[in-house]
Amino acid sequence: MSGIGELLSDKVVSLAPSGIRKFFDILNDMTDAISLGVGEPDFVTPWHIRDAGVYSLEKGFTKYTSNAGCLSLRRAISAYLERRFALRYDPESEIVVTVGGSEAIDLALRVLLDPGDEVIIPMPSFVCYEPLTRVAGGVPVLVETKEENEFRLTPEELEAALTPRTKALVLPYPCNPTGAIMRREDLEALAKVLRGRNIAIISDEIYSELTYGTKHVSPANIPELFDRTIVINGFSKTYAMTGWRLGYVCGPADVIKQMLKLHQFAIMCAPTTAQYAAIEALDSGDIDVARMREDYDRRRRLLLQGVRDAGLECFEPRGAFYMFPCIKSTGLTSDEFCERFLLEEKVAVISGSAFGAAGEGFVRMCYAASTEDLTEALVRLGRFLERLSKDGK
Amino acid sequence: MKKEILKILEKDSRLTDAQIAAMLGLTEEEVAQTIRECEKDGTILGRLTLVDWDKTGEEFVTALIEVKVTPQRGDGFDRIAERIYQYEEVESLYLMSGAYDLTVIISGRTLKEVSTFVSSRLSTIDGVVGTATHFILKKYKDKNIAFETQPEQQERMMFC
Repeated sequence: MSGIGELLSDKVVSLAPSGIRKFFDILNDMTDAISLGVGEPDFVTPWHIRDAGVYSLEKGFTKYTSNAGCLSLRRAISAYLERRFALRYDPESEIVVTVGGSEAIDLALRVLLDPGDEVIIPMPSFVCYEPLTRVAGGVPVLVETKEENEFRLTPEELEAALTPRTKALVLPYPCNPTGAIMRREDLEALAKVLRGRNIAIISDEIYSELTYGTKHVSPANIPELFDRTIVINGFSKTYAMTGWRLGYVCGPADVIKQMLKLHQFAIMCAPTTAQYAAIEALDSGDIDVARMREDYDRRRRLLLQGVRDAGLECFEPRGAFYMFPCIKSTGLTSDEFCERFLLEEKVAVISGSAFGAAGEGFVRMCYAASTEDLTEALVRLGRFLERLSKDGK
Repeated sequence: MKKEILKILEKDSRLTDAQIAAMLGLTEEEVAQTIRECEKDGTILGRLTLVDWDKTGEEFVTALIEVKVTPQRGDGFDRIAERIYQYEEVESLYLMSGAYDLTVIISGRTLKEVSTFVSSRLSTIDGVVGTATHFILKKYKDKNIAFETQPEQQERMMFC
């Protein structure tokens, strides 16, 4: 055997592919299927934002922007973060505009990690932290958060995971897939544990605008954590701009400088059209965000009550647009549940185990779907669970 | 609470009390009670369905008629408006600021019915001094709903 396949890096080949995709090929061939699987807003980007992108093209803004992103956008980001979350970052030296939040996560890990450095990752969480840590040469230290703690990272869990090699802590809140959030007091408790240690926090706040009945608090809002926190955010979830691929990262200037260096070599700059659209989003998009949040909140309540009425236990998620009901009572594994629910009732949800072993026994349902779809999915869920319990007897 | 319920119903009148209650964190009884009150005091006037008749192959026209009138002493425009909106074919009637006074919308009729209505009924009402009839050629959006929705994106990424 020879060929280019032989030449591939072990580090990459040994990474497991994302488990989320598993059943989507089946789903694509089904008629009348309902997907609560996609983690993406069901809204189209608000027109005035799309229009700003189109207008920038008409004006001929088709060249590179500065590497860190156009300064007017960085200024708008800075103003927005201060207005919405009381976070202060210098647009000149503390902000880089990236290709989605994902690039920012990758950059943050790369600039921090040397071989063998450990990164603490609360699980279940989004699928990228662990593989990106490995690619950057680091060692992921997975911490299982618990349903009884509403999937928050507790100071005890953090304490137990710390070693002399710990370099960074990922805080993915509001959390995909659990919908968990961290309150100010939860973050302060973590700050206490971290006191006297030099550990960076990578705070993925892509869902920061989507919290319900409570306002998002960033670890950077905790004074003693500010200097060690890298804040990652973006436009995808907030403004329904997933396809525009635009995010940003903020942090201390010396970290941002190194991230900019990598970004410059690998990416050059984020897409120009998307950047112009993003300026419009930040300048006049608050009302859209409020409208979408209100809508998600209603669907969240509708789905939560429906899931509980159908007989599943579920803690009340307060962020993002996911619900993470426990399916242990069915006697099925998460994978079995998802496969049978899809084949028998044509509803796609994601197996909790796709988000790490800690997610076993749970499934992720995304409520960024129409009320009609949610209602119908709940009817089918009720029918499915009833059949399961009959079969069991 | 009332405002929230009304906003939800305005978008989708088919939602059940139980669904609305779940969405807003209220009891079903609270929702039912509020809706009953709104129906009683005329806040909720009706619950309709938005139909794209073009899809059915029916030949219906919609006309928007600008009407100039002489307001009457004592009654202003109300009296004359009442005489107009009582006609069953009038779908909507608005009092306007600007170059003319009333907008009459007629829909679901044939061309002939519209022209008969304008010439023999509307124009002959005392106080109507002029009309201008515009036919609507195509409906793009009504009540916040676009008539032609964009085709679903072909490929959609399935994880994130």
